[in-house]
Amino acid sequence: MRNIDTVTVKREVTSLIERCLIEPDRAVTEKLENLCDAPLASYAAKLIAENNRIAKEKKVFACQDTGQALIMVRLGDEAYCPGLRLALEEAVRAAYSPARKSVADPLTRLNTKDNTPPIIETEIVSGDGLEISFLAKGAGSENMAKLYMLKPADGEDGIISSIVDAVSSGGANACPPLVVGVGIGGVAETACMLSKRALLRPIGQSNARADAARLEKIALEKVNALGIGVAAFGGNNTALAVNIELAPTHIGMLPVAVNLQCHSLRHGTVKL
Amino acid sequence: MSAKKFIVPSDTAHIKDLHVGDVVSLYGTVYTARDQAHKRIAAAIKSGEKLPFDLRGAAVYYCGPTPANGNIIGACGPTTSGRMDAYTPLLIENGLSVMIGKGVRNAEVISAIKKRGAVYLTAIGGAAALYQSKVRSSQLIAYPDLGCEAVYKLEIEDFPAVVGIV
Repeated sequence: MRNIDTVTVKREVTSLIERCLIEPDRAVTEKLENLCDAPLASYAAKLIAENNRIAKEKKVFACQDTGQALIMVRLGDEAYCPGLRLALEEAVRAAYSPARKSVADPLTRLNTKDNTPPIIETEIVSGDGLEISFLAKGAGSENMAKLYMLKPADGEDGIISSIVDAVSSGGANACPPLVVGVGIGGVAETACMLSKRALLRPIGQSNARADAARLEKIALEKVNALGIGVAAFGGNNTALAVNIELAPTHIGMLPVAVNLQCHSLRHGTVKL
Repeated sequence: MSAKKFIVPSDTAHIKDLHVGDVVSLYGTVYTARDQAHKRIAAAIKSGEKLPFDLRGAAVYYCGPTPANGNIIGACGPTTSGRMDAYTPLLIENGLSVMIGKGVRNAEVISAIKKRGAVYLTAIGGAAALYQSKVRSSQLIAYPDLGCEAVYKLEIEDFPAVVGIV
């Protein structure tokens, strides 16, 4: 067993969150700076790129909606980290202290006033490592998430039309250009979790499986043919990527979850 | 893109010069209001109570900024306008002229905008640091208990947006 100190966890995760909230994924900013599209879409792309420059230079939040902190943990079964839950909460509380208070009770709507609790998803893996990923996702894009419980007979066509349906119905509200995360397989929540995990993949990288990569390419073309465009001003750049993640599923099921990520892609990973 | 200068508050005569897809550069006074402030303003209209600001000709910005942290205002990009659709026709009937937010509106809002000669401007979602740099002053004027959802009176300069519905 390897013992992992929670003081290090708190320090590293606090610093990771602070960095992410002021600097969205550089690959997105670079794509927007060089984007050639219809005049209004190109105009919006330049403003977003300028926004990301200002945020980084002045150290202000790139978007006022810093989300409900999502922390995805991969914990090795030979790692021992007592107090991990508390350390993650403390990191969120500290890093979010200058941020807007965006977390509330679902019924009373009373604000928790410190942006806790974070959403913590844990995956147990082999080994003695601890990998912690952070994703800040605003309500505008998260509200557009969809789950489709397809039949196996729906197959690839059903998967593609589900992705296109999710972007078609929610894309304009989700701050495009988007990264479209797609989780296929498992049970309902597996598909949802995979659709989130898919958002962490570096822009431009395809699924290692050729059949999934082919679906990603087809889906991206169809999504970009919708004409929603940057900031929903029209054009051919509704999404920068469609990332599919797979998991084995039941013989009688084909769950497909689609999660739309706004252009303010604030994520990062630390390995401890 | 060349932007049309548009001063708010505004009357319908000036709004008539705007067309869908026009890039505008906004100057003047806007009031922030989002979900909970809309709920309260709508309730105040229905019960005849005094409103936090004069709705006639006013511009509302759907926005919940981050804390100012020593600046004039915090990061302050637009939020999704559709969540305010349930309240918007009532506000327009009571004089609201200009709405600034992001995303699509429902049929009732579109119809109310056209009927009353109002305008919906689309700001760039996720450009909160850019919009922060366009705010010259900020004053809390109502519902302080709502935190970021309180109503702030903002003076803005060269605030970019695009005409979405007119």
